[in-house]
Amino acid sequence: MIIAEQKPLEEIKSLVGEAHKVLVVGCGTCVTVCFAGGAREAAITSASLRMTSKLAGSPKEVSDVTVQRQCEWEYLDGIAEQVKEADLVLSLGCGIGVQAMVEHFPDAWVVPGLNTKFLGLPTEQGVWAERCAACGDCILGLTGGICPIARCSKSLLNGPCGGSEAGHCEISPEVPCAWQLIYDRLSSKGKLDVLLEIRSPKNWRASRDGGPRKIVREDLRLASEEE
Amino acid sequence: MTSEISNNGYLVGSNLERILRAGHFAVTAELGPPQSADGEIIRQKATLLKGYCDAVNITDNQTAIVRMSSIGAGAILVREGLEPVIQMTCRDRNRLAIQSDLLGAYALGMRNLLCLTGDHQTFGNHPTAKNVFDLDSVQLIEMVTDMRDEHVFQCGDAFKGPEPRFFIGAAAAPFADPIDFRPYRLAKKVKAGVNFIQTQLVYDIGAFEDYMEKVRQLGSHKQAYILAGVGPLKSPGMARYMKNSVPGILVPDELIERMTKAGKPWAGKSKDELTKEDKKARSAAWKDEGIKICIELIQQLQKIEGVAGVHIMAIEWEEAVKPIVEGAGLYPRPVVEKVVPVSEEATDG
Repeated sequence: MIIAEQKPLEEIKSLVGEAHKVLVVGCGTCVTVCFAGGAREAAITSASLRMTSKLAGSPKEVSDVTVQRQCEWEYLDGIAEQVKEADLVLSLGCGIGVQAMVEHFPDAWVVPGLNTKFLGLPTEQGVWAERCAACGDCILGLTGGICPIARCSKSLLNGPCGGSEAGHCEISPEVPCAWQLIYDRLSSKGKLDVLLEIRSPKNWRASRDGGPRKIVREDLRLASEEE
Repeated sequence: MTSEISNNGYLVGSNLERILRAGHFAVTAELGPPQSADGEIIRQKATLLKGYCDAVNITDNQTAIVRMSSIGAGAILVREGLEPVIQMTCRDRNRLAIQSDLLGAYALGMRNLLCLTGDHQTFGNHPTAKNVFDLDSVQLIEMVTDMRDEHVFQCGDAFKGPEPRFFIGAAAAPFADPIDFRPYRLAKKVKAGVNFIQTQLVYDIGAFEDYMEKVRQLGSHKQAYILAGVGPLKSPGMARYMKNSVPGILVPDELIERMTKAGKPWAGKSKDELTKEDKKARSAAWKDEGIKICIELIQQLQKIEGVAGVHIMAIEWEEAVKPIVEGAGLYPRPVVEKVVPVSEEATDG
């Protein structure tokens, strides 16, 4: 899922600026699960903005609402009226949610309340870690199901480099060496011979390097037109 | 094949290649370019190394700190009559930039190249920079090998004119983790086309012998020349730091004890009790011992089958190279003429 975290309140306050009527919009999907932008966080952020603006002597009207999925336009129709009434919308969705709001409500002024961090999973209570870089050309089948693009600090395809020590990466003792993990996994499965093959330079065009990406499924498009 | 014959049977014909091909125990050294545009520093360091090594590595923004470019400094070395080994990391350049820089390096007279992954930028003085890592070191070796032997760019297009021909090197970290995989990773670089290897610093001869045994079992020492990395210790503190904090370097306690012992006349005194002269004398005693240890290591490495030479890393202490090379009995450096004997040429033709 998409992992995000809240921006500092000071930054949010500066993004909100002079706007008087503020609508905080949470999202019920990824950012709810990672405790960054769900209904609970939307209510807290909304209360914080009310309180700080009151203390500053210019109380704002701040309300909050949470949609099930901010990244799909059909889920946004239900809040159209509230958005219309607001001077400013503070989205607690991920970067996709913010842009879905902007595209669906072109008249509204929408600012982000979160920093979208990465695609990952919770590894323990309160800890999330990156697992996928959305490179567009999955090689997990060659690496024992451990991604060197997302998890090796240098995205090496023929790792490990000389900076692997005692299981961690040269950048920090807190960062596991992805290639040590790959080595251990392939070793435990008796598949170390996979590592002897040289992996050719990656086609980064499938990743962001090829420009903004889009998928068009003609089969689905035709189906929807026939409906 | 045509180009091999035109180079008298050499891949490239660089001094380093000729020395190794002739079977001499090679000596390479290292030169760290300045954090400025001062070419005079390169010329000064060059005078310390000239005649004492067969080629000089020039680091490429080592530890991710911006320095004069390896190729820029290399051009100065060529003019000074020294042969550079250009270090090229994958951290700062994509495949376009690497190839373009190498065309320039070749045109400027550079003939040896060391292909490296590169330290992560978080180590250096621009930790907020975006890194590249379009290729990794193995892919870089393959690319430059194909440029030389297949006369093509990485994309497959043929060169419109002469190809850049480099004697291609790579690094090896014999003691980094996972340690069992290290001989295989070296073999992978050999498979990619590498001609010579320079290893990370070796202080633990026993551990290196074990590594070399596995390297020999894989036959890598017959396909690439392996130069063992050595470096003089400056102080017991430096020895302990390398043992504890630098990945992939083993420093036996015995060597740390020797370094400590060398500073014994000044032991037991607090920092305040030591005069400036005391500190100077202690530093000189440590350095003498460091050079002595380095010479002994070289002599032990010479006995290991498959070790074709040494790579002396005395960064910011280039003065140490001369006494080390002399002390190890490796001075003067042999001269191998570029022209091969007529009889051999006739056979080749």
